[in-house]
Amino acid sequence: MKQYDLVIVGGGPAGLAAAVSAKDSGIDSILIIERDRELGGILNQCIHNGFGLHTFKEELTGPEYASRFIDQVMERGIAYKLNTMVMDISPEKKVTAMNREDGMFEIDAKAVILAMGCRERSRGALNIPGYRPAGIYSAGTAQRLVNMEGYMPGREVVILGSGDIGLIMARRMTLEGAKVKVVAELMPYSGGLKRNIVQCLDDFGIPLKLSHTVVDIEGKERVEAVTIAEVGADRRPIPGTEERYTCDTLLLSCGLIPENELSKSAGVSINPITSGPVVNDSLETSIPGIFACGNVLHVHDLVDYVSQEASSAGKNAAAYIKNGAPADAKTVEIHPVDGVRYTVPKYIRPSEMDDNLTVRFRVGDVYKNCCIATYFDDALISRRKRPVMAPGEMEQVILSKAKLSEYPDLSKITIRIEEGE
Amino acid sequence: MSTRELTCIGCPLGCAVTVTLENGDVTAVAGNTCPRGDAYARKEVTNPTRIVTSTVRVKGGVVAMTNVKTASDIPKDKIFDCVEALRDVVVTAPVTIGDVILPDAAGTGVAIVAARNVAALSEAQQQ
Repeated sequence: MKQYDLVIVGGGPAGLAAAVSAKDSGIDSILIIERDRELGGILNQCIHNGFGLHTFKEELTGPEYASRFIDQVMERGIAYKLNTMVMDISPEKKVTAMNREDGMFEIDAKAVILAMGCRERSRGALNIPGYRPAGIYSAGTAQRLVNMEGYMPGREVVILGSGDIGLIMARRMTLEGAKVKVVAELMPYSGGLKRNIVQCLDDFGIPLKLSHTVVDIEGKERVEAVTIAEVGADRRPIPGTEERYTCDTLLLSCGLIPENELSKSAGVSINPITSGPVVNDSLETSIPGIFACGNVLHVHDLVDYVSQEASSAGKNAAAYIKNGAPADAKTVEIHPVDGVRYTVPKYIRPSEMDDNLTVRFRVGDVYKNCCIATYFDDALISRRKRPVMAPGEMEQVILSKAKLSEYPDLSKITIRIEEGE
Repeated sequence: MSTRELTCIGCPLGCAVTVTLENGDVTAVAGNTCPRGDAYARKEVTNPTRIVTSTVRVKGGVVAMTNVKTASDIPKDKIFDCVEALRDVVVTAPVTIGDVILPDAAGTGVAIVAARNVAALSEAQQQ
C-alpha cells in the first residue's frame, strides 16, 4: 500500500490551494487526486472574467485563476494523479482509487482533505413534467460543451433557474449566436449575483421572469417548446398564466449540491442544510484528520473565498499531521437562527482557533436594512448593518479569539438577523 | 438634476450605486464601498465598457479550445463585433496565457489575448 501524509481528493480551486498551503506548512508528502484530464476543476470551463479580485487584485478568467494555483503546485513539486477516481475513503483514512494505468490502488493517509466540489441539480431532482427529449442540459454541461469541447448545444434557448451558471450561459449562448428567449426563476428573487443579472441579461435584453417555472416540455426527439407559468406564494403554478416558448434547448440552473458520497461512506456527519460535512474551526469533519473545504463543504459564490478556506484547511491538516489531534478542547456550537440558515464552521474550540476566525453563512430570504447580530450566550457581541442581504450572496461574521477568552463559561454562540439599525 | 441606479460590476459584491447627474455631468456617486465603484459608476453613465471573453479553436492541442479575452475593456456596443471577429480564428498549439490572438479587436485598438494555456499534443498523441 502506498503511503502519503496528506491525500487531497479533488484538483480544483479548493484542492490546489489546500495543497499549496499544506506544503508551505511543512508537509512534503502530498498527493492530489483529480478525476478530470487536467487540474483546475470547474474553473477550466468558466471562461468569463471576474475571478481573483480579492486574491490577486485583478480580474482573471477561470482558467487564468486556476493557472496561478497550478503554477504554485508545480513550483512546489506537489504530486498529483489525473484521470483518477477515488472510490472510497475509510474512517481510518485509507483511500481507494483507480485509473487506467494503475488499476485499483490503496493509499494510507495520515490526513485527508475533501475537495470534491459540487454538482448541479438535475431534471430528475426538479420533477419537471413533460416529455424527455434531447436538448435538456444542465447549464454547466452546456458551459463545458461550448467553452471546452467547442459544440453549441442549441439555437433557441429557455433557461430555468437564475443561478450564476445559467446567467453566464445566457450571455455566452447569445454571443455565440443563439437566441435566449427567457430566464424563468421559481423564487421571487434571483439566486445569482446582481452583477451577473446586469452583465448577462440586462446588457442583452434577456427577460428574467421571477416567480415562474416550467410546467411543460414538448417534443419527442428534440425539445420543440417549453411552457412556463407564474407561481403563487406556495410556489405552485397559477392556472391561466401559461406562456409557450418555441425552442430547441432548455438549460437548467437550479442550484448546486455538494458532492459528498465519499464523505458519507467514510462516515462523516453531514449538515442537512448545506449537504456538506459538519466542521469545526479547523475545518475538520466529525472524523479526526479528515478536513473539508470549498464547494464540497458549502456552495460558495466567490472562488477567492474557496481559496482562503482551502488554505486554512491545508494549514490545519498540516498541523494535525505534525502534532496529532489536540487534547480534548472545550467546544462551543454556533446556533444559526432568525434568518441565518447555517454557519460554516458549526463548532469552534476557543483554545484552538486562529486569532480571527471567519464564519460564513447564508440567509434564508431577502432582507433589507437589517443587522447581523452575534451573541455569546445572552450577551450581544456585535451588530453589523447590512443594507441588503439575499440567499444568493454569502455573508460572514469574524469571531475574535481574544473576545472569546473573556467568556470562559460560554455555552453557545448565536448568529441571527435582526431588524433595524 | 437626474439620478441613475446602477449595480456595480467592479467585483462580485455588486454594490447598489446611485449616480447624480446635472446637465450630463456626474455631480455625486453614492452607495459604492470602494474607489472602483466610483470609477465604474462615472464610466457606466458616460462611456460603458466591458471585458469580452470568448473561445477560439486550437489545432494540435491537448484540448479543442482555448479561451481568450480583450486585454482591456472595450465599448459595450462593440461586444458583438468583437465576438464576430473571433468566429473563424484558429490558433495552433502551444498556446500560452497572454499570447496575442488578434492585435485589434473590431477596430477598438484593444488586443485579444489568450487566457488559457494549451499544450501541444506530442507526436505519439497525434497518432
